[in-house]
Amino acid sequence: MTSIHHHTPDALLNAYASGNLPHPFAVVVAAHVSLCLECRAALEAHQTVGGALLETTDVADVSSSLKADIMAQLDAPAPVEPTYTRSGVYPGPVMAALKGKPPRWKSLGLGVRQCILSADKEGSTRLLYIPSGRAVPDHSHSGMELTLVLQGSFSDETGQFGVGDLEIADSDLEHTPIAGAGAPCICLAATDAPLRFTSFVPRLLQPLFRI
Amino acid sequence: MKLVTQTPVDVSEPVSEQTVWMIAIRDTRDRDAFARLFDHFAPRLKGFIVRSGTSSSMAEEIVQDVMLTVWRKADMFDPHRAQVSAWIYQIARNRQIDVIRKERRPLPEELGEDPGSEPDASQILAVDQETQRIRQALTKLKPDQRDIIQKAYMGELTHQEISAQTGLPLGTIKSRIRLGLERLRHELKELR
Ligand SMILES: [Zn+2]
Ligand SMILES: [Zn+2]
Repeated sequence: MTSIHHHTPDALLNAYASGNLPHPFAVVVAAHVSLCLECRAALEAHQTVGGALLETTDVADVSSSLKADIMAQLDAPAPVEPTYTRSGVYPGPVMAALKGKPPRWKSLGLGVRQCILSADKEGSTRLLYIPSGRAVPDHSHSGMELTLVLQGSFSDETGQFGVGDLEIADSDLEHTPIAGAGAPCICLAATDAPLRFTSFVPRLLQPLFRI
Repeated sequence: MKLVTQTPVDVSEPVSEQTVWMIAIRDTRDRDAFARLFDHFAPRLKGFIVRSGTSSSMAEEIVQDVMLTVWRKADMFDPHRAQVSAWIYQIARNRQIDVIRKERRPLPEELGEDPGSEPDASQILAVDQETQRIRQALTKLKPDQRDIIQKAYMGELTHQEISAQTGLPLGTIKSRIRLGLERLRHELKELR
């Protein structure tokens, strides 16, 4: 836990606490907080401010029957909700996105694989598997991209990222992440817009792989 | 970034009644304490929820879900880390987002208590008092400043506003929370 160097920026934690983050980013922030005590503490500090606002907000009268309704339900059985716990390198929120099953990898060529967790108009969430020394194709972003390392490491133009580290890339960054030595790099990546590959061939592949 | 100094805990002050009620709900399933907690929080929750444009009847449904979650998940309440209002705030936001998106919002893994750890009264008091100080700082803000903060915590900020990034160095989980609170309190102070 002590080796995490790249954390969730405070503004993202605030947005996560308030529920203001698009779903793909919320998955990544929840996964990082699962691995990082520092960001968990910062998140809980934000929740405290939220609580203080709740305490000092204008009250609204509730209907007279609400309390009795709720008190009458205290003994009713609670609805059963699925809970997902960490499995191997995958934190709880990733297991939840996988619905508790192991990832189903699809090859992107040269040993690089991906498993799409979600893709819709809000953006996409995926797992990437990059063998040591291999690169994710050179690309830039039309929006924000969050990448959380779950196993191994990668480095790019901005620095080195190990397990638990979170990289934030925006539309200004064009980068080529390369997996470090040792175990294959597995990361969780989320974007709020499709990635744009800068070389010709991968751009053709984009619709195919929904990168 | 400026140095943050910890404010000493005033041990002569008792913990808040909300914290006492919540511990009674958690440890002895105390219905009277739950009724008091309802009287305190339900009108605040409703006020908080209707503020974001939710209808009165929908807001009451969410209040009901939130209060039932408080009762059912009381064993997850840890006063060393969160004051009751903070815990309820997060439950309410989660519920509101689930209702809007019609799917469950991704949540971090729960942090289990250290096995065999005893309740630490001074830590509980510290969290309580820090929350109290933040509350006071909020009430002293100018209306427009309070509005910005309120927007941020009600999820009303634009994407661009979220993208502004700052770093945040803190220390171990329990003392870290206190430091985190201190830091936020300083930020609030600077807004004034
Ligand atoms: Zn972190
Ligand atoms: Zn990228």
